[in-house]
Amino acid sequence: MSAPQQHAEPATFEFDAESNAQIEKIVARYPAGKQASAVIPLLYVAQKQMGRLTGSAWVPRVAMDVIGARLGMPPMRVYEVATFYFMFNTKPIGRFHLQVCGTTPCMLRGSDDVLRACKDAGHLKGYGETSADGLFTLTEVECLGACVNAPVLQVDDDYYEDLDYDRTVALIEALKRGERPTPGSTIGRQTSAPEGGPLTLLES
Amino acid sequence: MALSDKDRIFTNLYGAQDWRLPAAQKRGNWDGTKAILEKGRDWIIEEVKQSGLRGRGGAGFPTGMKWSFMPKQASERPHYLVVNADESEPGTCKDRDIIRHDPHTLIEGCLIAGFAMGAHAGYIYIRGEYCNESRVLEAAIEEAYAAGLLGKDACGSGWHFDLYVHRGAGAYICGEETALIESLEGKKGMPRLKPPFPAAVGLYGAPTTVNNVETIAVVPTILRRGGAWFAGFGRPKNSGTKIFCIQGHVNKPCNVEEEMSIPMRELIERHAGGVRGGWDNLLCVIPGGSSTPLLPKHICDDVLMDFDALREHKSGLGTAGVIVMDKSTDIVRAIARLSKFYKHESCGQCTPCREGMGWVSRMMERMVEGRAEVEEIDLLEEVTRRIEGHTICALADGGVWPVQGLIRHFRPVMEERIAEYKRRHAKPAAMPLAAE
Repeated sequence: MSAPQQHAEPATFEFDAESNAQIEKIVARYPAGKQASAVIPLLYVAQKQMGRLTGSAWVPRVAMDVIGARLGMPPMRVYEVATFYFMFNTKPIGRFHLQVCGTTPCMLRGSDDVLRACKDAGHLKGYGETSADGLFTLTEVECLGACVNAPVLQVDDDYYEDLDYDRTVALIEALKRGERPTPGSTIGRQTSAPEGGPLTLLES
Repeated sequence: MALSDKDRIFTNLYGAQDWRLPAAQKRGNWDGTKAILEKGRDWIIEEVKQSGLRGRGGAGFPTGMKWSFMPKQASERPHYLVVNADESEPGTCKDRDIIRHDPHTLIEGCLIAGFAMGAHAGYIYIRGEYCNESRVLEAAIEEAYAAGLLGKDACGSGWHFDLYVHRGAGAYICGEETALIESLEGKKGMPRLKPPFPAAVGLYGAPTTVNNVETIAVVPTILRRGGAWFAGFGRPKNSGTKIFCIQGHVNKPCNVEEEMSIPMRELIERHAGGVRGGWDNLLCVIPGGSSTPLLPKHICDDVLMDFDALREHKSGLGTAGVIVMDKSTDIVRAIARLSKFYKHESCGQCTPCREGMGWVSRMMERMVEGRAEVEEIDLLEEVTRRIEGHTICALADGGVWPVQGLIRHFRPVMEERIAEYKRRHAKPAAMPLAAE
């Protein structure tokens, strides 16, 4: 938050009815007096709401203030959490968040090609960029925990697995057309089973 | 002899069947849970001890013993079970399959473990990126409540047990148990000093046990089939079955549940279609997730996949994420990328880690290019020794071990890289020692 702000922050933020319904359920999970535990879940709710209402899933500063007031936390405690955890976007992002896993297991299976495909098809210069049309933001993420299906690209909440250059381009082109391809393996593997079908768990 | 399907605990590992309750019950989940609870807390802990189960999250601490650290007598402070589903160690993707395909193994395990440690509430802390997986888990928990398996009178046992899912938000450090607790309390994920250990002062200051997903999820089957059954797999003190994540330069990467102590070569060749280009094309293997030092081919030829065998070779079983690298690999770059990972994930609390992970990462970037002096390999090694063991948690240890493993086994490659750089740049620019 110390970096100079390059974007416009909204002046106000209010949770809508959908968000409020979620918040009520979330806060009930924690013991009385321990509602600060709900800070990460509420930051998600705010980020989702921004995505839903503005097409850009990020958490404005004023939303953090609203969360602090709601949970009885000093605003600074909320800022700390929002900036410590990598998944909260503290500035606006594109309509689709392209998150390329670049950690060694994906690197060994071709994440460099996935990155190149994202740049080429998404018209992006590199990590941290948002495309001029506002469609895509490109982020390098650390291990996504889907290593036997590497390389992996996470688009918003969804994992696309077993990618290569061409299939990544095809995925991004589909997103541009407003389609949302089914998440998971892009070569038709059954989740984490070996390609060609399971060799175990054959008795049923 | 490979493990047979009848001895596999996670019979829906690949999601070939439905994850929902009716299908899970057909697979044997929630069978006789009430009777298990009626045998009492001491019996459960003793049986888990007999099974030889060691924690599946990386450290391999005996599970039954960990549970026995919880206070025996109830006080005004509640007890908590916390399940670590923050699976973030590069190379590890086993808990994801349990959660999305076999969630009821975990939920039933939570009830039994919670009961055994006197906890009426459990939190499953799942990494934020596993968004779709957490939806499955939450839906499975709702089913369990609706069927009376959780809640005020869980399984008709008279024990009140509530279970909640809590999503993290992208921080490897939250896989460290005290950082996880901090995060669950709504703070930055910064590890706490131990002691006090969580069993004395954990979540909300109350006695808490943190266990990995796989550890908890195997417990119901162990109790149904007996500790001796589980202990019958693998070598003594390394017992049981285990999910291995075989990846990298193999023909068919996959997850598979196998017997502990299976030879690494058999594991890779039987289940993952072998090394790309054949076994002789193998360069090295990281046997247990990114923190465990790599092993060159000559060790991989006959090493067994268990805690003790891998430890003998100065590596470890860790989370059993088996990262295979063939001879086409730029091994310096592969390890440098791990250094970058640890730099990114350091929470910044302890100076040796905050500064050290960055220094090591920048140094490794130079080693990738060869833009270094040969003496700097020794310097790099020495600095990693000064980082190791000098921080609150083990992140920095895990961050320097891969570099130490690289130097131990592939020093000639690093030296050759430096020599080659010097050949290409006949008049090297003066570079002060240890500059970044």
